[in-house]
Amino acid sequence: MKEENFYISPGPHIFSKESTPKMMKDVIIALVPVIFASIWFFRTKAIILLLVSIASCVAFEAGLQFLMKRKITISDYSAVVTGILFAMVMPPSLPIWACILGCFVAVGLAKQLFGGLGMNIFNPALLGRAFLAAAFPVFMTRWNHPISLDAVTGATPLGLVKFGHSLDINYWDLFIGNVSGSLGETSALALLIGGLYLLIKKTIDWRIPSAYIGTVLGISFVANLISPDVYSGGLFHILAGGLLIGTIFMATDPVTSPVTKTGRWIFGIGCAVITMVIRLWGGLPEGVMYAILLMNALTPLLNRMTRPRRYGT
Amino acid sequence: MYNITTMFRRTFHGGVFLSECKEYTVDKKVKAIPASREIILPLSQHMGSPNEPLVKPGDNVKLGQCIGETDSSSFSTAVGSSSRRRRETKARVSVPVHSPVSGRVKAIQDFFNPIYGKAPAVVIENDGNDESTALVKRENPETLSKQELIGIIRDAGVVGLGGAAFPTHIKLNVQEQKKIDTLIINGAECEPYLTCDHRLMVEKTNEILNGIYLLAKILEVSNIFLAIEDNKLSAIFAMEKAIREKIKKFPRPKGHTPVQIVVLKAKYPQGGENQLIKAILKKEVPPAKFPPEVGVLVQNVGTCFAIYQAAYEGKPLIERCVTFTGGCLKEPGNFVVRFGTLLKDAVEFCGGFTDEVAKIIVGGPMMGIAQYSLDIPIVKGVTGVIFLSKKDLELFEESTCIRCARCVDVCPVNLLPTEIMRMVKYSRWHYLDKLHPGDCIECGACAYACASRVPLVQYIKLAKLKEAERK
Repeated sequence: MKEENFYISPGPHIFSKESTPKMMKDVIIALVPVIFASIWFFRTKAIILLLVSIASCVAFEAGLQFLMKRKITISDYSAVVTGILFAMVMPPSLPIWACILGCFVAVGLAKQLFGGLGMNIFNPALLGRAFLAAAFPVFMTRWNHPISLDAVTGATPLGLVKFGHSLDINYWDLFIGNVSGSLGETSALALLIGGLYLLIKKTIDWRIPSAYIGTVLGISFVANLISPDVYSGGLFHILAGGLLIGTIFMATDPVTSPVTKTGRWIFGIGCAVITMVIRLWGGLPEGVMYAILLMNALTPLLNRMTRPRRYGT
Repeated sequence: MYNITTMFRRTFHGGVFLSECKEYTVDKKVKAIPASREIILPLSQHMGSPNEPLVKPGDNVKLGQCIGETDSSSFSTAVGSSSRRRRETKARVSVPVHSPVSGRVKAIQDFFNPIYGKAPAVVIENDGNDESTALVKRENPETLSKQELIGIIRDAGVVGLGGAAFPTHIKLNVQEQKKIDTLIINGAECEPYLTCDHRLMVEKTNEILNGIYLLAKILEVSNIFLAIEDNKLSAIFAMEKAIREKIKKFPRPKGHTPVQIVVLKAKYPQGGENQLIKAILKKEVPPAKFPPEVGVLVQNVGTCFAIYQAAYEGKPLIERCVTFTGGCLKEPGNFVVRFGTLLKDAVEFCGGFTDEVAKIIVGGPMMGIAQYSLDIPIVKGVTGVIFLSKKDLELFEESTCIRCARCVDVCPVNLLPTEIMRMVKYSRWHYLDKLHPGDCIECGACAYACASRVPLVQYIKLAKLKEAERK
């Protein structure tokens, strides 16, 4: 028999155009309006934190993979995504060294220690933020007014409503992002544009955001109905704080959310319930971060409990 | 009732939309490839027990002569026997093979087979006369009894021509225990590139229809659906017209069930038996069971044509319509190829290559088998051969799963391929019981959709093997 040089592989022999780097690039594209909004409202502080965060995430990823003798996979853009998302959930006046330390926790502890991309249990950017919030609570609650960049303490809209007991809300400022808060979380408009892009490109599943936002609306509506003087309405809870950035970019992280459809519904609802419990009755003004991290921990269990019906039974 | 406007477009859950690549050959009329000087005919070209040769080197054979069979006594006694139980235990899953040419047997030796690996084959030197055995032409095979028709189909060596090559008479006999009320004729042809079933429906419309009526007569069904995907309009129109004319000629003869055309969404794997049943009847075949469980039998259009040829023309299955296609073939097309024709002879007939061939796939690009060499014979299960050049080829490296769940979304049988893959990767075999890898139809939709290019089908196949081992 003549020796021929043909490629041999089992089927299928054709593949979709989908790939991990492409999905990551889509997330980066969706983050562009968010980045612009953060730069518009927080000026140089946003640019510096963003660049430091991206650079240190990519450097830690490459460095740790080199040290652990793993294949260096910075070309899949996942470290860039972590870097951008990490910067977007930081307060504008965070010291540079704290940002680098947070990136180390995000990439090193949350991602590489668990085995790299695809193996982590917790969302890296959020775990990095949780670490900083626990270790340096002062830095993490020092906010700036947008554009003027005047330093204020504890003056995010959620903080004002919770501790200042002022229900005087300017919804337009909340919507475009002209309020104090983390770099990328303030502009609901920019986040919605990015979210819409991801939904159209089918990079994220619509179930988690729908369940999350829907449940938050429901709970805050009921709370508002019972005591309108203490609890603000549903729209406020959607627009204020990290809910939109959390539900669009963090809760939908495929690695740390369930693969089943039912699991995703439960995941979204669970995130919303924990968020609202912390916001309404907890000691903190904001609970999105802890809600998503807690539900991340439940993901393997949700995957096991919500297996689809066996075909033909 | 047979108006095209009343047609409905149905589908199943999951699946993937593929670029069709059928434009290479969809308008090419079916041409016959002349028989080669030397035919290498594998003795077993079906799924089931292997055949024994009935000839020896030096023998002269005629076209259509039976040259290989499994213990022929078992089936003839079964047909003559009145005891049903005896037939079931004795009838082997096997069909005979016939010589596609006349000539002299040169040797019987092991040879590569594109589907079943190395197996004994009969080498026949073609004398070019095509001297045939006496073919029994029948005017009205409808008048024959059920068992006689099944016997004809079996003796003609008819197998499922959709690619599985399962003996058709065995499939038709199942209804002894189960009442079949619906016959689905599979003209979906959901694999990209392949167009042989499409061309058959356009060119051999009446023959296929007669074959379908014979099947209906054997099975005594009350519903016949002809399932065609919506990207094969010419086939839909041709079949529609033929059905209407048939009705005009014989206004509802006794026992004739009308054939209903069902237009399906062009989505892979629509041509799978279970997916057809789900799309048309909204029924699901239970796990590890076959379509007769829900009263359905599925047959391919190519098989219907083979049944027509066997019953009306008395011609055994010695050739089939095959699509030769792909980016680097000079003249791609649909051809009637005699079994045992070597692939290199067929390529020569297609004008050779315009580009260096990088991959040869027998079957469709989703479930087909990559070949080592051009020295392989065409057998009954070959629906098409695709020649891909280096630029058509997609080479990639597997990366880690990021649990994007694309595989879960596209799986037509509700599996969690990513979970199965994880359990196989970490050898957690006992976790597999609840993930049911055995239900996988190996359509490859998950591996196609995978963003990390994980060869999911291989992992699931391994899980299946382990599952069988553990039981």
